Amino acid sequence: MANILIQHGRIIDPANELDHVGPLYISGGKIASVTDAPAGFVADTVIDASGQVVCPGFVDLSVRLREPGQSRKATFKSETRAAASAGVTTMCLQPDTTPVIDTAAVAELIRELAEKAGYPQVYPIAALTRKLEGNELSSMLALKEAGCIAVSNANQPIRNLLILRRAMEYAASHDLLLIFRPNDYWLGNNGCAHEGAVATRYGLPSIPDAAETIALDQCLELAELTRCRVHFGQLSCKRSVIKIHQANKYGLNVTADVAMHQLHLTENDIKPFDSAYHVLPPFRTEADKQYLRQGLACGTISSICSDHQPHDIDAKLGAFPETEPGISALETLLPMMLKLVAQHAITLSQGIAALSEQPAQILQLPSGTLTPGVAADVCVFDPELAWQVNRSQWHSRGINTPFWQQTLKGRVTHTLQAGKRIFCLADGQ
Amino acid sequence: MTDNLQLNADGKLKHFLTIEGLSRALLTEILDTAESFVGVSDQQIKKVPLLRGKTIVNLFFENSTRTRTTFELAAKRLSADVLSMSIATSSTSKGESLLDTIRNLESMFVDMFVVRHAISGAAHFIAQHTAPHISVINAGDGQHAHPTQAMLDMFTIRQIKKDFAPLRVAIIGDILHSRVARSQIQALNTLGAKEIRVIAPKTLLPAHVETLGVTVSHDLTEGLQDIDVVMMLRLQKERMTSALLPSESEYFKCFGLTESKLKIAKPDAIVMHPGPINRGVEIESTVADGPQSVILKQVSNGIAVRMAIMSMAMQPQGAF
Repeated sequence: MANILIQHGRIIDPANELDHVGPLYISGGKIASVTDAPAGFVADTVIDASGQVVCPGFVDLSVRLREPGQSRKATFKSETRAAASAGVTTMCLQPDTTPVIDTAAVAELIRELAEKAGYPQVYPIAALTRKLEGNELSSMLALKEAGCIAVSNANQPIRNLLILRRAMEYAASHDLLLIFRPNDYWLGNNGCAHEGAVATRYGLPSIPDAAETIALDQCLELAELTRCRVHFGQLSCKRSVIKIHQANKYGLNVTADVAMHQLHLTENDIKPFDSAYHVLPPFRTEADKQYLRQGLACGTISSICSDHQPHDIDAKLGAFPETEPGISALETLLPMMLKLVAQHAITLSQGIAALSEQPAQILQLPSGTLTPGVAADVCVFDPELAWQVNRSQWHSRGINTPFWQQTLKGRVTHTLQAGKRIFCLADGQ
Repeated sequence: MTDNLQLNADGKLKHFLTIEGLSRALLTEILDTAESFVGVSDQQIKKVPLLRGKTIVNLFFENSTRTRTTFELAAKRLSADVLSMSIATSSTSKGESLLDTIRNLESMFVDMFVVRHAISGAAHFIAQHTAPHISVINAGDGQHAHPTQAMLDMFTIRQIKKDFAPLRVAIIGDILHSRVARSQIQALNTLGAKEIRVIAPKTLLPAHVETLGVTVSHDLTEGLQDIDVVMMLRLQKERMTSALLPSESEYFKCFGLTESKLKIAKPDAIVMHPGPINRGVEIESTVADGPQSVILKQVSNGIAVRMAIMSMAMQPQGAF
């Protein structure tokens, strides 16, 4: 494999506490050195990263690529391209595909689709229960052997806590990570907006934050009981951050992430009945947003996911409560992280860690760093490059984003996956 | 979160979707215009030629007799051609999408849609996506808004009480699910009522209801003190089965408007109800039919107010 030299870039590698301008040597698909040229190194390709940042490729804990089952919305081809253009080199696919990822065959199909798209690092997350119905355990061990990286019930409820307990015990027996999005089905009451002033004014069915915190509490108790490794996904409210902080202090080894858009938008940003703002969990209050940011800054929330959910036009064309929730979010991940830095919510190093080192650690993957010897998953971005979110700049099939037509700052220029260049902005790939 | 979708470039009414974002001057203009239409229904020939040659489609995705009828009458008295469609929506058999229905009707050269729909935001959605020359009137969307009902209530209040400034108004019942209450509260606030008090058990109040600009009471006896206008809301029977209330009789005991309860309000207080009434559930028959009740006046005022709104929205240049 080719030797690549990325030179003159600002190398930021939070895992190794690196932040300096210098060269990065890649050889045989692996990071070779971040200091001196390895002996006999002759570069086949030289990337000039002057004025740019060179960091580990991003690891995304929650995406939907819509295949198999909903290829009218998006495909592996379109979404892995979007991911590559966003600097993402590893993604975890939620199990709520059609069919559900509850058999080894579906997991293998997904690995095949990923290989075919030229983007091998899509890891399926196995369904925790059969068909995600919350009644019977899935064949977790077979699913793990077929390449699933964790188990989850996605957004589907497990109403019977005994079944959740058993599932967690079984997952723990095979050292599987449970990724859990806390949401009490009954308290959620089929809502589509945060239970607060805005939902009240617009008469929208609403979801109280207690729907999240009660489910979170229950799962924390069961984590203590079963010793299952748990990662909480897509937290949305203040008291969830407090509860995770307390659990960590108490010695419970749980982690948490937040979707990028939750760090930027609140219920007050929702344009009247604009379905682009329909997400689950819903946008909550300014206080919740500030707590999520603080949780990120102090490490209680260690990582940020895109929660990428591309939709076709029809899915978002209707009265707000009737539309499908979710945002096409991969391609705004970097600029929105840089916005957090510009607003002094976190440092650039923290932002990069939350998108790479931290999620990789949660998944127990060796990636997310520029340590010599690991696969060269690298993202090079220009933090000052402004671009408009529009059709000509966009790769995902889903254009369902509240940031559509906005001009954002920060653009990925090169993405390397195991030393292979999978995106180059100049080529307009 | 405000929008100017309802107004054209000159600040005139284009769509009528919600009271929110409309000025006191505009609401007053609606009431004044309605005033001029009150006489029309008493004439030998109950028609004015304002909307002659215009086509109005009443699009009712949710059942309603009174609202549809008064809209129909209002349109006919303005000499418009009216088509009323009841489109039963079934969540299980998903047929044509809302947008397709609108597009089909658009191509039949319609000038105005009057829309009732069970989902909050449906009228907004239609107004956003329909052809630019078409006006949309919201005849009730989900739990969001029912602005023409609120305006006919304001008209009735003004007829009797003349001025909004000194008024204390109580709205009693299922505020949580009520689009009528949301629009009434916005209209009363815009028109400058002194106090709006919502009276209901906590299960029938939305979260942070006070952010709508109201005071809150959970006790009818306490809440009715000093009240000039009593606005009752209809209580849907299914609220009992969804664990919001224990029983009709307990609700009536606590929040039903009886003659003795009404005595707590000011002696000249008026009693209103958007209909249909559940006698013996939210209101006693002797009160509904009593001297302080203006419920039937509301219904007849509904025609004049809807005539005013339709004619204003159809003549956005202000030539009216």
